[in-house]
Amino acid sequence: METGEIIIRLVLIVVIFLISLVVAMYSTYAERKIAAFFQDRVGPNRAGPAGIFQPLADGAKMFLKEEIIPTNSSKFLFIVGPSLAIMTACIGSAVIPWGQQIQIGGKLYDLQVTDINVGLLYIFGVVSLGVYGIMIGGWASNNKYSLLGAIRAASQNISYEIAMGLSIIALLMVRNTLSLKEIAEQQHGWHWNVLYQPLGFILFIVCAFAETNRSPFDLPECETELVGGYHTEYSSMKLGFYLFAEYINMFVSSAVMVTLYWGSYNYPGMDWVAAHLGTVAAPLIGTVVVFAKIFLFIFFFMWVRWTIPRFRYDQLMDLGWKGLIPLAIANIIGTGLWITFVK
Amino acid sequence: MSIFYFIAFLSILFAVLVISAKNPVHSILYLVLTFFTFTIQYVLLNAQFVAIVNFIVYMGAILVLFLYTLMLINLNKDSEPMKTNLVKIAAVLGGGCLLVVIVAALKAIGASDPVVFKDPNLGLVKNLGKVLFNEFLLPFEVSSLLLLSAMVGAVLLATKDPKTA
Repeated sequence: METGEIIIRLVLIVVIFLISLVVAMYSTYAERKIAAFFQDRVGPNRAGPAGIFQPLADGAKMFLKEEIIPTNSSKFLFIVGPSLAIMTACIGSAVIPWGQQIQIGGKLYDLQVTDINVGLLYIFGVVSLGVYGIMIGGWASNNKYSLLGAIRAASQNISYEIAMGLSIIALLMVRNTLSLKEIAEQQHGWHWNVLYQPLGFILFIVCAFAETNRSPFDLPECETELVGGYHTEYSSMKLGFYLFAEYINMFVSSAVMVTLYWGSYNYPGMDWVAAHLGTVAAPLIGTVVVFAKIFLFIFFFMWVRWTIPRFRYDQLMDLGWKGLIPLAIANIIGTGLWITFVK
Repeated sequence: MSIFYFIAFLSILFAVLVISAKNPVHSILYLVLTFFTFTIQYVLLNAQFVAIVNFIVYMGAILVLFLYTLMLINLNKDSEPMKTNLVKIAAVLGGGCLLVVIVAALKAIGASDPVVFKDPNLGLVKNLGKVLFNEFLLPFEVSSLLLLSAMVGAVLLATKDPKTA
């Protein structure tokens, strides 16, 4: 790899990192505003015009609050928990393609940090690591509510990971690659995977809700039963990290869904745009399209949160094991038959 | 090569910490780190698929389940079964004998000689899949049957007997 490419990669890493943080920050603001809209309230409106500086005020509050580490907790692991949570949330975005190749000074550069040929499995690895932050934090707090929250998080993640993996297998059978870059390229124009794998997409999005611990699957922090769930004992920025990690996870999982199922940077009429705007502007429009789709998904996450009530624990397990997994297996068989006899 | 020795050193260090840690939850976390160093070794061997599967299955699923069980059974010093010195000495002797046998076996087959792969890209998903589903199809399917039967057996053991329940 030459110097120019390394610099581009470094810039890309920093930019993606900053974008994830800013999107996560303003997701909290968006969530409050959307909640307010759904409940016919005004929402945050004091800090700045229309409350636009509310996330900054929240951040300052989080940083300045007193930091409490419980006496009987396992101190090192108590700090490791939130650190792991935010770290695993941030590294998932490394394999996501944010746009087409862009031409600068006669050279083509990928708008992707790295294109490993097991990119999709890498995302799964990161997702499965995400639960450690919650489990370690919940256990180290030495609090029954925290421990119960952590245990719920672990069993929920493991159960839904299976259905998620199975829903992806059908997609891989159609697309024959694990590289997210190639999956994005294959969905040129309007050939989005959701048209070929509608059931797979529905399974995937349900599992994505469960993996990010978003409502209606937010049982690990169910306040009616568990006070605050796994972060009951946390205060100050450590609590902030847990909450922040959830929003970053939401951003990354939206990006994954857009890449896998909703055509990534592809949109109908992109060839016409590419022919008329040249090799710099057209990929940038593609990037704008990616982010527009991601924001739509983030909105969808919030929409569901303020519409559907939380599941009961046995309903959650029933849905995962008796509903999603058999459906995912049926989807694989159906896709296999379709490839063999129709395609 | 120096990266290999460094990672190998880390693997052994974490593996020793797994057995020396007083708290079972700490043991599991060291085991997670041990498996992570294995993942790095696989990547160094250009076996990306095995690396990522090791990452997902061992670190992401099996050890999470270990941790889950340990958190539930709440081990502490009072309830931990204490072993007598006789058992400890017997365990050390048994472990030592096993080590001798393994070292002798490895020396006999010359495992320390460098092996050159015919195809250095064998570990990539595409090549590995072709090899698995062409040359080793029967063992692959048989092992999947074995896993299935183990799973059915576990479910059968876990379900209550309908007559007594």
